[in-house]
Amino acid sequence: MALIKTIREIGHRVINAVWRIGVAARFFFLTILYSGNSFRRFNLIVKELFSSGVMSLIIIIVAGLFVGMVLGLQGYETLKRYGSESALGVMVALGLVRELGPVIAALLFASRAGSAMTAEIGLMKATEQISAMEMMAVNPIARIVAPRFWAGVISMPLLAALFSAVGIFGGYLVGVVQIGVDEGSFWSQMQAAVDFREDVLNGVIKSLVFGTVVTLIALFEGFDAPPTAEGVSGATTRTVVTSSLAILMLDFVLTAIMFRGA
Amino acid sequence: MERTTLDLWVGMFVVAGVASLVFLAMKVGNLGTYNMSNTYELHAYFSNVGGLKPKASIKDAGVLVGRVVSINLDTNRYEADVVMHIDKRYQFPKDTFANILTSGLLGEQYIGLMPGGDTEMLKNGDRIKQTQSAMVLEDLISKFMFSKAAEPAATK
Repeated sequence: MALIKTIREIGHRVINAVWRIGVAARFFFLTILYSGNSFRRFNLIVKELFSSGVMSLIIIIVAGLFVGMVLGLQGYETLKRYGSESALGVMVALGLVRELGPVIAALLFASRAGSAMTAEIGLMKATEQISAMEMMAVNPIARIVAPRFWAGVISMPLLAALFSAVGIFGGYLVGVVQIGVDEGSFWSQMQAAVDFREDVLNGVIKSLVFGTVVTLIALFEGFDAPPTAEGVSGATTRTVVTSSLAILMLDFVLTAIMFRGA
Repeated sequence: MERTTLDLWVGMFVVAGVASLVFLAMKVGNLGTYNMSNTYELHAYFSNVGGLKPKASIKDAGVLVGRVVSINLDTNRYEADVVMHIDKRYQFPKDTFANILTSGLLGEQYIGLMPGGDTEMLKNGDRIKQTQSAMVLEDLISKFMFSKAAEPAATK
């Protein structure tokens, strides 16, 4: 009997997960469908850009600076063994532009802005603001979800680019200013090795994908949260866990497509 | 439209993001350094390209004049057919010599051009006749070993 119960439990969970994915897909479709309205009222998007983009600036800049500085230090220690300290700029720039910039910025964005979005929408639902909107014939997806979605999609590439730029500056501070790697070779080797289309643009594409996925997960978890205190806290946790995993897995897939054997 | 401080902040955020994208493109990437819009194509056969890769640089007297576009194996000759794009500003004589060189001991490989004295210039689609293959470290070592072994015993 216990066996049957376990099997039933597993089946129930699998069906539930697939069900949720289906609902999330419909949610994504509706968000795109109703976003025409939010572009007509662009100040709604601007407001969300402030809360998800501008408010994430400090954490992105500080984290980027330190990640770049660590890359500079570690890279120097390793490259010194082969006498190629001059390649430090290449290492820092490629590491940041291709991988660390989009990925870490997206992870920070998920935990800083994504969790806030989930909690906000979950609480709106718990306090029946969303039902009130529906009563007034205001479409909550067009009014609440779509502006947040586009704000996330717009701000993510900008944040990732900022992260990479500040990180390269951090690598420059440690490598050139502190340790004393030759400044000319730091920049010139970097420029020779980093390709605009291959590296910079692919990084932007990565961060666009991450922005879409993270924002979508955060909004869906908020919209789908049980309207209780416990439900909202669980949804917030799920946002951070799911979007972090999604970022790292998608990063592998995107890297495999973009940089295969190049 | 009334303007709010919120707009100012968002504007600053967007400007900072776009500025860092431009920084990545121009200062970190190669968009600002070398514009290869006006080029002509040259071909060359090499019996061994070593570690030469597409996008490797082509230099004359140390100055970057072009890029390698593609490397294919020509099955009629069993030699590597290297396609190069050279900047239109630089013209080279018909008897130019193409070498595959290495920057530093273990650095990346590039093609070094050595212009000859011909008065006629290479045109789009022409082929560089004289080439020298890449130096392969293993060949060099084995040559050295054989020559050592072949040396008369008198040196001992």
